[in-house]
Amino acid sequence: MIDRLTLLQKIGVYIATFIFLLFILMPFIEMIRVSLRPMSHLMTADFSWWSDDFSLQAYRDMWVTVPLLGRYIFNSIFIAASVTVVTMIVVIPAAYAYARLEFPFKSLSLGGFLAVNMFTGAVLLIPLYRVLRSLSLLNTYWAMIIPGVAFLIPTGIWLLRSYLEKIPKELEEAAYVDGASRLYTLRRVVIPLAIPGLIVVGTAVFIGAYAQQFLFAITFNNVREIQPLPAGLFEFVGYQDTTWNELMAAALTGVLPVMLVFLFLQKYLVAGLTAGAVKE
Amino acid sequence: MTLVAEGAAPERMQRRELSDRAFAWLLISPALLFILVIVVWPLAETIRLSFTDATLGGENFVGIANYAALFADPKFWQTVGRTFYWMVLAVSLKLIVGLIGASLLNAAIPGKALFRVLVMPPWVIPVAIGVIGWKWMYNGYFGLISGLLQEFGLVQDRVALLATKTSAFYSAIVTDVWVGTPMVTLFFLAAMQGVSKDLYEAAWVDGASRWYRFRRITIPQIMPVIVSMALLSAIWTFNSFEIIWILTEGGPRGATTTLIIDTYKVAISSQRFGEGAARAVVIVVLLATFSLFYLWFLNRVNRHYGAK
Repeated sequence: MIDRLTLLQKIGVYIATFIFLLFILMPFIEMIRVSLRPMSHLMTADFSWWSDDFSLQAYRDMWVTVPLLGRYIFNSIFIAASVTVVTMIVVIPAAYAYARLEFPFKSLSLGGFLAVNMFTGAVLLIPLYRVLRSLSLLNTYWAMIIPGVAFLIPTGIWLLRSYLEKIPKELEEAAYVDGASRLYTLRRVVIPLAIPGLIVVGTAVFIGAYAQQFLFAITFNNVREIQPLPAGLFEFVGYQDTTWNELMAAALTGVLPVMLVFLFLQKYLVAGLTAGAVKE
Repeated sequence: MTLVAEGAAPERMQRRELSDRAFAWLLISPALLFILVIVVWPLAETIRLSFTDATLGGENFVGIANYAALFADPKFWQTVGRTFYWMVLAVSLKLIVGLIGASLLNAAIPGKALFRVLVMPPWVIPVAIGVIGWKWMYNGYFGLISGLLQEFGLVQDRVALLATKTSAFYSAIVTDVWVGTPMVTLFFLAAMQGVSKDLYEAAWVDGASRWYRFRRITIPQIMPVIVSMALLSAIWTFNSFEIIWILTEGGPRGATTTLIIDTYKVAISSQRFGEGAARAVVIVVLLATFSLFYLWFLNRVNRHYGAK
């Protein structure tokens, strides 16, 4: 048995962990603190950690200040979910091809997919804008979904491929021997076996799509009703009369649903995501 | 019976062998189509536009005029320098903080499961939301950071961190490190957990100290993950848009203008598509060169440490 931490070392680790987590969680702590205080007190008083004026008023007023908050929350989730569905439909067959089949230009084309990771939408905005305009997709949900899908495909293929490689080949062989077609085997044998992997990759794609919707939203869409949360709230930032406490309350409320779902899934997600990376 | 089976098997294998190619490309084609329309074609179009003076009104071929103007502009070279400085500094910090964080979360202490969950929030919320929180914290009148600095007597007066050039740049770095650290930490942690316990025990039996084991076992064992995370975060940091845009929009007086911000301002804000496209092409060339060099380096590292 390897040496254990002494009591002193343990205390040191706890203190260091505390400082590390403080850095990570500080903005959330501060957002919560701000959201609980009246705006007039925030603006006038000197900085203080604690005060006796905590109230939930901002969580009521935010619905008036940000009348579309409910829409924003829905839009964010809807866009991320649509991106996830379309991405998975495209990624599953491709990942299967890379995991199982031998074909010409296999590694070259996989390298090509991965090279897409080098770009972000920001570099390609001008022609993308034109493509979307000529397809009459500007100012629609599609303007935010389609580019999102394209930039998540490479990662999706990469992650899912390492999952599919772990599924024993013998099961597919058995299906072939029984006369099943290739597509049938993929649908009825491979996909059911890959469900844990699909959940992990799907969640990763969802988080990617959920975290990165700002740029496409502010560039390709100016219809308020379909704006996702970050772009919708950004509109309220930076003015003299920004009511920061309501903004923070709205931001926290907005991320809550996804945060809760994620808390339930985090164990599988982290294990699965990193398994793909480490194996490589 | 044996004969029949032996005769049938190769035939079936061969039939499948032949359709393998077609089937594979059939499976890949939807993904390929998406990338062609949304990435490859716009990329080609960007390159074409960079040789024009395209605006909303129309476009004329202008040869290399956009590039000539760009390369002759000392401000542009400042921006290139700033972008690489931004990338190197932010990525180094992410790797260092991530390595420290992962080591802490890997330590055998009660509560580690909870600590691991607490690292994740910045990663699962929209980047822009976290950055709005930081923007508030940096404000000079009632922001947390200014308040803390005053409390500890480090500054006399309120400081608006985003208002002066140097402090705005480093504030943006801190926020970028904050956004990127959770993912780096989690990947390092997973890599650390994959290191065989036998190695540590063997070293321990030989009397190796904790620090020695970290340096001579942990680091070499997770080196491939460190190197690939470094490349990924370098690319993301180089391309990072939201953080700077929300905090400062590239200001004050250009102090936080990286290539991406500059490109966005020229191409989208002022709709000078041709000039913007030239900048975008420069970004692609720089990133491609950097990545190729890096992959070559990664290959060597993998060989050196014996890729698994």
